Amino acid sequence: MYAVRLWSVRHARLLERLYQIFEDVCLRLHPLARAVGYERLERPVAAVERRLKGLMFDCQMCGQCVLSSTGMSCPMNCPKGLRNGPCGGVRDDGHCEVKPEMICVWVLAWKGSNQMRNGAAIRNVQLAVDHRLEGRSAWLAVMREKGAAADNTRRRPA
Amino acid sequence: MIFEDEPVPGYPLPILPGHTSPGRFERVLRSGAFAVTTELAPPDSADPEDVYKRARIFDGYVDAINATDGSGANCHMSSIAVCALLTRVGYAPIMQISCRDRNRIAIQGDILGGAAMGVCNMLCLTGDGVQAGDHPQAKPVFDLDAVSLLALGKTLRDEHHFQSGRKITFAPRVFFGAAENPFAEPLAWRPQRLAKKVEAGAQFIQTQYCFDLERLELFVRGVEELGLLDKVFILPGVGPLPSAKTAEWMRRNVPGVHVPDTVIRRLAGAERPKQEGVAIAVELVQQLREMRGVAGVHLMAFKMEEFVPEIVQRAGVLGPRIPWYPDRDKRLAEKKATA
Repeated sequence: MYAVRLWSVRHARLLERLYQIFEDVCLRLHPLARAVGYERLERPVAAVERRLKGLMFDCQMCGQCVLSSTGMSCPMNCPKGLRNGPCGGVRDDGHCEVKPEMICVWVLAWKGSNQMRNGAAIRNVQLAVDHRLEGRSAWLAVMREKGAAADNTRRRPA
Repeated sequence: MIFEDEPVPGYPLPILPGHTSPGRFERVLRSGAFAVTTELAPPDSADPEDVYKRARIFDGYVDAINATDGSGANCHMSSIAVCALLTRVGYAPIMQISCRDRNRIAIQGDILGGAAMGVCNMLCLTGDGVQAGDHPQAKPVFDLDAVSLLALGKTLRDEHHFQSGRKITFAPRVFFGAAENPFAEPLAWRPQRLAKKVEAGAQFIQTQYCFDLERLELFVRGVEELGLLDKVFILPGVGPLPSAKTAEWMRRNVPGVHVPDTVIRRLAGAERPKQEGVAIAVELVQQLREMRGVAGVHLMAFKMEEFVPEIVQRAGVLGPRIPWYPDRDKRLAEKKATA
């Protein structure tokens, strides 16, 4: 929802903190998720993620979430799907070239990231999206990746 | 400047140390000369002569010609085909690649194909939305954006493989560029945005129409603060406007174009507005020549292409330099002989 999306960007700092806590909890649940099987969790978790992030950010479920690097403004709401910053068509009032009734997601992203502790992440170059991940849970992807990395460091002999 | 090893069409120049392309445009910029580029409006026709006619207008006045890729989301002859025609006779085109109409499979193929035909410069753009053009019912692709496209091109050139990791046997030797609009919101972030493009692979940028030098100066100083001026050549866009009415229309309808009131008032008050538009462009080019950090200008004379030579000449920015064009040396010799 557009109004909630705007709220989310205004509270980017708070959401950043909440997400940190959420990610820590998720990472602790990694052994459990591994035991149950990530693929078995995919559908239910993706459904929850779609509802929650859909409400908060108008999430499009690209499956490779970059909200933490974009001031909590989902770049997939850009009609051109830009993941690296605004195009040159932003109107003088900061609205979108394609959808004049919408504030440019990157104008919002810039505001949001200025509030965030790790706001400088907006400067990172984002490579092209992997369209195979569309509709899949980004939460599980992060859990799986970071969890596996932690497993590996643990396994390595001291 | 005359390079003794001027190219025979189809045969590249040797690549100098520190250069990434065998092209003249990169050489001109790296030599420190003030470069002039312009835009060729691709024809709505399948006649090659329509392309050559449009290119000949610029003979002797520009260092490179942009071949636009469905600019404004309007259908025209493709940029790769215009480049194929231009490289055949030795012109130095800048092949524009937009992300609107093709996905990464097509684009990577075009980068290889373009380089194989002798295209030395490629400009990576996101592209206008389809709603802006004459086919608003078309499907917008946007598989990549300008930054991820630059990164992809750089991978092809420097790491010799496709995005998939599959090796290529001969890398495209290309000078990569990008567009930037220092006059669109969020203004404060525009230098940062350029930093991202430079990191991804941009070696030169051409900007949106520039009429407001103060805003441009702020942008260039921002870029300088980020330490980017020795990594990227900046060519601001300059274009003559034919009348106050067109200027007003552009301001209202072309997103991202910022025309200050002073320009509109000058055009409105002029007896011959078209000549006044040219005079404004000449002044802008001259002022840009003096701005630290500006490497050249990109002349966008939409529907006023015939004024490009006049603007370059009156601005006097080339000095004694005569950029290469087909038969240049023969013409110059003939002129010398008759004189």
